Amino acid sequence: MLKRFIYSREGILSLIVLAMFFSVGAISPDFISLTNSIGIFNDTAILIMLALGQMLVILTRCIDLSVAANVAFTGMLVAMVNQAFPDISMAFLILLSLLVGAFLGAINGLFVWLLKVPSIVITLGTMSIYRGATFLLSDGAWVNSHQMSKSFIGLPRFEILSIPVLGWTAIFLIVLAFWTMKFSVWGRNFYAAGGNPMAAFYSGVNVGKVQFYGFLVSGTLAGLCGYFWVSRFAVAYVDVANGFELQVIAACVIGGVSIIGGLGSVIGCVIGALFIGVVNNALPIIGVSPFWQMAISGTVIIIAVIANASSNKDKARIILRKPDQASRFLSTQSH
Amino acid sequence: MKTKLITVLLTCATLFTSGAYAADQVRVALLVKALGIGFFEAAYRGAEEASKELGDVKIIYTGPTSTTAEGQIEIINSLIAQRVDAIAVSANDADALVPSLRKAQQRGIKVISWDSGVGKAGRQIHLNPSSNSLIGEMNVQLAADAIKVKGKSSGTFAILSATPTSTNQNIWIGEMKKSLSKFPNLTLVDTVYGDDLADKSFREATALIKNYPDLDVIVAPTTVGILAAAQAVSDMGLTGKVYVTGLGLPSELAGHVHSGAIHSFAIWNPIDLGYSATMLAYNLVKGKGSKTEVPMGRMGTLEVDSNGDGAMAKPFVYDASNVDQFSSIF
Repeated sequence: MLKRFIYSREGILSLIVLAMFFSVGAISPDFISLTNSIGIFNDTAILIMLALGQMLVILTRCIDLSVAANVAFTGMLVAMVNQAFPDISMAFLILLSLLVGAFLGAINGLFVWLLKVPSIVITLGTMSIYRGATFLLSDGAWVNSHQMSKSFIGLPRFEILSIPVLGWTAIFLIVLAFWTMKFSVWGRNFYAAGGNPMAAFYSGVNVGKVQFYGFLVSGTLAGLCGYFWVSRFAVAYVDVANGFELQVIAACVIGGVSIIGGLGSVIGCVIGALFIGVVNNALPIIGVSPFWQMAISGTVIIIAVIANASSNKDKARIILRKPDQASRFLSTQSH
Repeated sequence: MKTKLITVLLTCATLFTSGAYAADQVRVALLVKALGIGFFEAAYRGAEEASKELGDVKIIYTGPTSTTAEGQIEIINSLIAQRVDAIAVSANDADALVPSLRKAQQRGIKVISWDSGVGKAGRQIHLNPSSNSLIGEMNVQLAADAIKVKGKSSGTFAILSATPTSTNQNIWIGEMKKSLSKFPNLTLVDTVYGDDLADKSFREATALIKNYPDLDVIVAPTTVGILAAAQAVSDMGLTGKVYVTGLGLPSELAGHVHSGAIHSFAIWNPIDLGYSATMLAYNLVKGKGSKTEVPMGRMGTLEVDSNGDGAMAKPFVYDASNVDQFSSIF
């Protein structure tokens, strides 16, 4: 069992992450202390949650570019509601962020499901629309820490067993996603719909609907992360999480989620996100020049992806020719 | 269109009523980007202050209802028709206003721009709120002040900037390093870049504090950076041990000033800016000052370079005593 994990994609990747983690620790011993490790996990929690949602979308051969814009819009909305009604209950605000996020995700999902619009096109559009809507909503103004209520800022920082609520939320969602994707029919349908949509269709899986659920979950998690982002950094402005969707997709891809659908695991996805989290936190500590930082992050991503690609090269084998290949084969035969 | 028409009519109305005053009154039009913006309302307050001090000045505070160049051009044309003595403009477009402002100058109206400038052909003087060297020196001064608050005679600071390719940030950082010679007790230990992203700035600030356990001050001459650093310091429970300072807006930083993560920070003062613009316009009308130097009341003398540009003063320092007064303005 252990041997199988070590040789699996997830196993190799976790070894790389651990090796990176400890080699930074060799330079700066404080980096691997328990407090700092929790800090890194907590700092990566938002990325992990968004990557889990993105994984569902990518599994069904789609992509969600609008997650970061969703984070910005929902974050701004809950911050403004909190500013206007400082005594409002946190439970209501979190429910609101989930619902607004789900609504924005559902818009993407409906276009993909009912109108069959390619997801990269529709989410490219909604990415700009949601960001623009954030500007219209706020009129370009910022919501700052002193305009947010104490509980609004305090909730993600509240520590239970020295892990902040933000970290616990990620842990809870990882466990939930792990169980769902492993054992529930609803979760397995994502693999079916993405691995072979035709076969899934013939076995009674509504592929479009599964894709819709993917966007719905991705949007809902983005909404929740919108609240967490704004409260963690104690500021809401239009450019919140600008470009963050690329990190989310990178986390999935590094974690072995196949960009052509059907392949990927929750554990891989989490380790992919942690990989980026460790790199992000390590680079400032070891004091690399800012120009090299970008090049290093990029190179590391490419290496990880190449490692992944070569590890599952021999998985596929052509058993039957595709219909057009077969007919061409037949027509050459008849001559 | 209707609102624009109303604005123009209102402007005319103010001009007609002001025409009833004695002819030797100097009428200065303070033309802003748009009405209803706190920053410009504050500048108007400064202009009124100058008008009280001078006695023979009538301020015409005007602007379009939205920040468009077209709106400002219409107003300039009506100001020309009313033969005001001077126009002090904060422009919505550096080029679009030039033709109508040239027309104004040809009719003998003195034109200056302030805050947001117009092309050289459209005005006599442009009043910058500050200059790069003054901003650089102010940032180092703020770090020195924070170290003094800690009760230390010497200390260390680090700079948290935006992107490593940001032109104005790099100029300011260069000026900060130049002015370090005036502050022998200060040591700059590192310069890091948060890319004006909240999460990256937060991480960089955290890493600075970890890498330099004796760090006294983080200077962030950027609004996202200063907020993220202040939040990082208070999250790490180091308020009072590490101070954050730099450039930012009172409305955004009031909370951190009260929590103690920021002792003081700097940015231009819109009241001083409106005051200085009015003084300059008045002195040009009265023919006071030379090509290189124009007096501006309590703000001293504006030194004008060959481009007609001048810098008002060092950025204004905000701390717990005055931040609330300004946080409602901008």
